[in-house]
Amino acid sequence: MAQHNPAVPTQHSPHLAHHFDTLEQQYDAANAGMWLFLATEIMLFGALFVAYAVYRFVYPETFFEASRHLAIPAESPWYLRSVFLGTINTTVLLVSSLTMALAVHAAQTGKRNRLVWLLLATMVLGTVFLGIKGLEYFLKYEEHLIPGPNFIFEQANRNQAQLFFLLYFIGTGLHAVHMVIGLGLLAYLVFQSRKGRFTPEWFTPVEMGGLYWHFVDVVWVFLFPLFYLIGLHE
Amino acid sequence: MSSISTPRPQDNFYHDEKYGFRPWLKSWLLTTDHKRIGILYMFAINFFFAIGGLLATGIRAELVTPAADMVNSEVYNRIFTSHGIIMIFFFLIPSIPATLGNFLIPLMIGAKDLAFPKLNLLSWYIFMLAGFFALYTLFTGGIDTGWTFYTPYSTTYANTGVIPMGIAIFIAGFSSILTGLNFIVTIHKMRAPGMTWFRMPLFVWSHYATSLIQVLGTPVLAMTVILLALERIFRIGIFDPQLGGDPVLFQHLFWFYSHPAVYIMLLPGMAIISELITCFSRKRIFGYKFVAFSSLAIAIFGFLVWGHHMFTSSQSVFAGMVFSLISFVVAVPSAIKVFNWTATMYKGRIYYEAPMLYALGFLGLFIIGGLTGLFLAATAMDVHLHDTYFVVAHFHYIMVGGTLMAYIGGLHFWWPKITGRMYSEIWGRISALVVFAGFNLAFFPQFILGQLGMPRRYSSYPEEFQIYHVLSSAGSSILAIGYALPVVYLLLSLKFGPKAPSNPWGATGLEWTTTSPPPTHNFDKTPVVTEEAYSYNPQDPGIFRAQGKW
Repeated sequence: MAQHNPAVPTQHSPHLAHHFDTLEQQYDAANAGMWLFLATEIMLFGALFVAYAVYRFVYPETFFEASRHLAIPAESPWYLRSVFLGTINTTVLLVSSLTMALAVHAAQTGKRNRLVWLLLATMVLGTVFLGIKGLEYFLKYEEHLIPGPNFIFEQANRNQAQLFFLLYFIGTGLHAVHMVIGLGLLAYLVFQSRKGRFTPEWFTPVEMGGLYWHFVDVVWVFLFPLFYLIGLHE
Repeated sequence: MSSISTPRPQDNFYHDEKYGFRPWLKSWLLTTDHKRIGILYMFAINFFFAIGGLLATGIRAELVTPAADMVNSEVYNRIFTSHGIIMIFFFLIPSIPATLGNFLIPLMIGAKDLAFPKLNLLSWYIFMLAGFFALYTLFTGGIDTGWTFYTPYSTTYANTGVIPMGIAIFIAGFSSILTGLNFIVTIHKMRAPGMTWFRMPLFVWSHYATSLIQVLGTPVLAMTVILLALERIFRIGIFDPQLGGDPVLFQHLFWFYSHPAVYIMLLPGMAIISELITCFSRKRIFGYKFVAFSSLAIAIFGFLVWGHHMFTSSQSVFAGMVFSLISFVVAVPSAIKVFNWTATMYKGRIYYEAPMLYALGFLGLFIIGGLTGLFLAATAMDVHLHDTYFVVAHFHYIMVGGTLMAYIGGLHFWWPKITGRMYSEIWGRISALVVFAGFNLAFFPQFILGQLGMPRRYSSYPEEFQIYHVLSSAGSSILAIGYALPVVYLLLSLKFGPKAPSNPWGATGLEWTTTSPPPTHNFDKTPVVTEEAYSYNPQDPGIFRAQGKW
């Protein structure tokens, strides 16, 4: 298959695929591809945000009440309120973006040990986020806020509130799926960087993993106020 | 140009290092060569076209008589729904980009491959997986919601395979996204030295615009299908008005993808026509930049007109007016293309080779399809014509008369490049004429039917409509013959066709500078481009005519 063409100057990097001329061209292609992929992700979540915008526009009072109920459920201690857990999670995720950005920098400067540890730290923070998210889901389950036959909501119209929680679960659930995928990618990066595959000349996968991780963070930055905070102002 | 070059066998992308069936199969199923993947796609897509065609035969057979006597309404619903879904999601959307686009874009811009060859192969496997789910749905009772999946019918009332077909479409979307993403990056980053943006063939420009829609539109459909599936499985109201949901929101989300998807299907057809018209008129294209930018304009405006599918579904009058206006605007870039193609032919030296006959057929049919689209974009007119056979005829003129004509024309044009063999020119011309005649007979009566008030999606109808339906069914039989002919003579050409020279048509474009079929790495050495595309000279005939009775 891979016949080398003597007419084309081949660079001696083991990372250069046969159909590229230079590592730079290869990096540019990967980068452009990743950004385009993130654009498709924006459109995917965008459809959900449109649905949210439509229903919030149609049922503003219910969405206010439902968000308030989501953030500060009655009779729960402060440390189990979603607004507290969500704020912690936001912080955790933003810090994980920092460790990820530092990891990319470590890869760029060829510091292998630091790269491994920063990737691991990012993974730990991501896992903490998912743990807290799971706790939140469990609390919602106990409060009968899972949409379906057992959904109970008395502060406002039940069906309209159910729509709010439906969007909440789809939005945060899809975000969580992306986090799990991100953790898988990070595990792969840890594995590869322990083997010393990344060099200052070639660290494209780390950079791409970083872009993905930051994107997932940004999605959360939009989800958090739309679901947790809109009911908090008086 | 007329000399027959005889490439060494190892300079041919069909050539394998090892012999035997299993190494051969492996070398195809694990290939990352864009040319081989284009051929893999070609098999898959033509297979689905055959299935969709069979289903269409069922529709036309039922409609010969006014009564629902061949199948009952429930079966009829499944037949036309399956026809629509298979043809749109498994034939038209991937058709030209995944086959000819895949094969030609790297060749046209002087690259060794697409930017992400493995993703390209992955997209084929994803497509096959989606195709498996679609076939599974067909063989386990089909689906009867119409290809539009309108809620609440699809979520609450339909008892057919909405979920497996939804999965099929969801998965197929990923393959479409990967193809589009690959093309965009390839066109940006892989062009040969000297291949500036305005030296690219218009085929590439059009595919670039198509890819933009694929990348930006398809995820919205993915989310819509997810919401639809959740509502159907868990009986929770996203689109169900009884539970506070809004069924029209589904229509908005659905058409936000599915209207631009019309341009995913059409733009690659226009891509082919630009190549065919210039080559067989021996003229440089009239207004290169206008044709190039009109592709982008169609892609951009195409995203802003989805509401014209919903003039009659509770959309506000103001929104209807705005959507109507923008729908008229999107006709402008399409018209620019048509005018520029005809201006290209003006004073050209025109050759009526089979691909050119298909291109001329495209022009005529696309003009009718496009102009009737303006009738439908007028809000008052649409109230009368909405969901009638007028709509059916309109989009078949675009999709079949436009895209399919272009696809078959392109297949003939690049057949020597893809296979290294010449097909039978005389049979090619006959089939082009049969397709054109059969198509018009099949679909023109449907304009009249729709105007007279015959609604779409019914298996029975009043007797006064019968004459038009009989004409239409007769036309579709002729059309079927027109499609069967190329299958026969193209396949025969693989064995009996004369060997093709590297440039049988005397065409410009880098793909014609390499051997037919091209070597695995496309070019012996990276080409350097020094002139614009379509530098044709009317004095230079340069058409290769094979000798002998073939």
